[in-house]
Amino acid sequence: MNETATLDIPVSQGDEDRYRLKLGPQHPATHGVLRVDLELDGETILDCDPQVGYLHRGFEKLAEHRTYAQNLVLTDRLDYIAAMANNVGYCEAVEKLLAIEVPERAKFLRVMVCEMSRLTGHLLWLATHALDIGAMTVFLYCFREREVLLELFAELCGARLTTTYTRLGGVRQDVTHEIMMKLDTFVDDFPACIEEYETLIDTNRIWLKRTIGVGQISGEKAVDLCLTGASLRGSGVDYDIRKHMPYAAYDQMDFEIPLGETGDTYARYRCRMEEMRQSNYILRQCIEKMPPGPIVCDDAPDLVMPVKPGRKVEVDTSARNGLIKLIEDRDVYMEGDIYVATEVPKGELGFYFISDGMGRPYRMHIRSPSFIHIGALATMGKGVMVADLIAIIGTLDVVLGECDR
Amino acid sequence: MEPIRIAEQLQGEFQASIFGINEHRGQVTLLVDRNVIVKIISFLKKDHKMNHLSCLCGVDNKKRKAAYRERFEVVYQLYSIENRTSLRLKAQIPESDQTIDSITSLWTGANWLERETYDLLGIVFNNHPNLKRILTPEGWEGHPLLKEYKLRGDVEWKGFEELKKKAVQLRQFDFHNAPTAEEAGSDE
Repeated sequence: MNETATLDIPVSQGDEDRYRLKLGPQHPATHGVLRVDLELDGETILDCDPQVGYLHRGFEKLAEHRTYAQNLVLTDRLDYIAAMANNVGYCEAVEKLLAIEVPERAKFLRVMVCEMSRLTGHLLWLATHALDIGAMTVFLYCFREREVLLELFAELCGARLTTTYTRLGGVRQDVTHEIMMKLDTFVDDFPACIEEYETLIDTNRIWLKRTIGVGQISGEKAVDLCLTGASLRGSGVDYDIRKHMPYAAYDQMDFEIPLGETGDTYARYRCRMEEMRQSNYILRQCIEKMPPGPIVCDDAPDLVMPVKPGRKVEVDTSARNGLIKLIEDRDVYMEGDIYVATEVPKGELGFYFISDGMGRPYRMHIRSPSFIHIGALATMGKGVMVADLIAIIGTLDVVLGECDR
Repeated sequence: MEPIRIAEQLQGEFQASIFGINEHRGQVTLLVDRNVIVKIISFLKKDHKMNHLSCLCGVDNKKRKAAYRERFEVVYQLYSIENRTSLRLKAQIPESDQTIDSITSLWTGANWLERETYDLLGIVFNNHPNLKRILTPEGWEGHPLLKEYKLRGDVEWKGFEELKKKAVQLRQFDFHNAPTAEEAGSDE
């Protein structure tokens, strides 16, 4: 090995225990391409500086050059673990901006896919979080159930992950009887599965030692760090957008928001497990209450051909121009801005739009929970051990596609 | 209290610093002077329990069709978890002096949001503890969300060559795939 072959990690002189470590970006426990620059004293973290941006694809810039309908596909690539929830969030925001009313059946379908994606999101979280901490078996159990849900997604819209299921003004495909039957079986079986996971880890001494008291934050501090989702509710703050600002058909659903008390990794784990039970309960209600009717509203500015007679789509224009034309026809199309947030598995996903009458967003800002959660890592990671940092990354439930946008 | 009432109360309190109130689809927006932004937000946080910062982002108004006040805006979306009310503030920032006071003293979580706004729009936040680029790499030229920034550029990122060189250098640690002397020396 010659002289030039040294890594550029400076070691401060005179203090042999202090050193710098770059954790990631190719580290399995960082859930994607997250790099954390650490300054360590032995195994204790003195300074923690997360570095993001490896997956930055410029969605916000890109969105300004595409129509509202075209931007929908970008949202699949945000939180690719629960793409359905992102689709719904985006559509809810644009519909509010353009004042489009969604049919009742579409609302229920949206709640259904949202909760299914919450389950896929939480199952993947539990699987990887447990794997990081050393409980290998849970991983395989969680993926078993997750697979069932992904197969249902594939049957529903043809894709397992990048679904693009919703449409402005409704959803793209109606559910078939077979899908409902399969979902019904799943909903029946799933509570037993959750118990199975719990028996695997809840009495496991290693699991308890590595989660109880780790990454503890008070409710006040969690709000100060702008945390949302189960990361905030684990500290006992009652903030769930499904209850605070109900969207789709959540106002017709009966469910509870589980809250933690201690605000540590274990409390957040309990919160998410209870949330899965509640999601399952919501799915049950969706199956029972699913109303009949259309799945797309008549004046949806979308690729769906208009149902209403009299709506002209010029034949000689390309599909792209036709799409823009449909949108420009709307009289509600006006100057204005809007912020709409939805509860995705990770937390609060907000879309802020400014419209100025061009058929495209003038500005689209995505308030992504993962970005803010990783920002909080700098504060939460200080003073803990390296092994606990891995637990904290896991418990904050981040996905880098959403963080970097 | 209704968001519109809060807005009116703010107008009474801060008078000339509030340039206007508008309501769109039930959401209330206040146009405010950037010099009092920290004051207004801490007032809202304290008196109206607006304790959750939902969203913070910047806007470049250059190509806006409608009339606008200043070229840049920083948008703050505040929410009160207790009272369930939300309010949006838009601080006006002129092109000649793209600065605004940081609100990291009120929310630690605002740190990264402000860094992002700086990175993508070039708005400088005074008193920010660590204002540097976040999504784009260090040494990136320009601010991507400015309206004059092209969607598809024609130059390569400057750091790319350097990165490639470093990758070759690191391969020296690779047992099976070490670079040849020629590769390692081909710096120019």
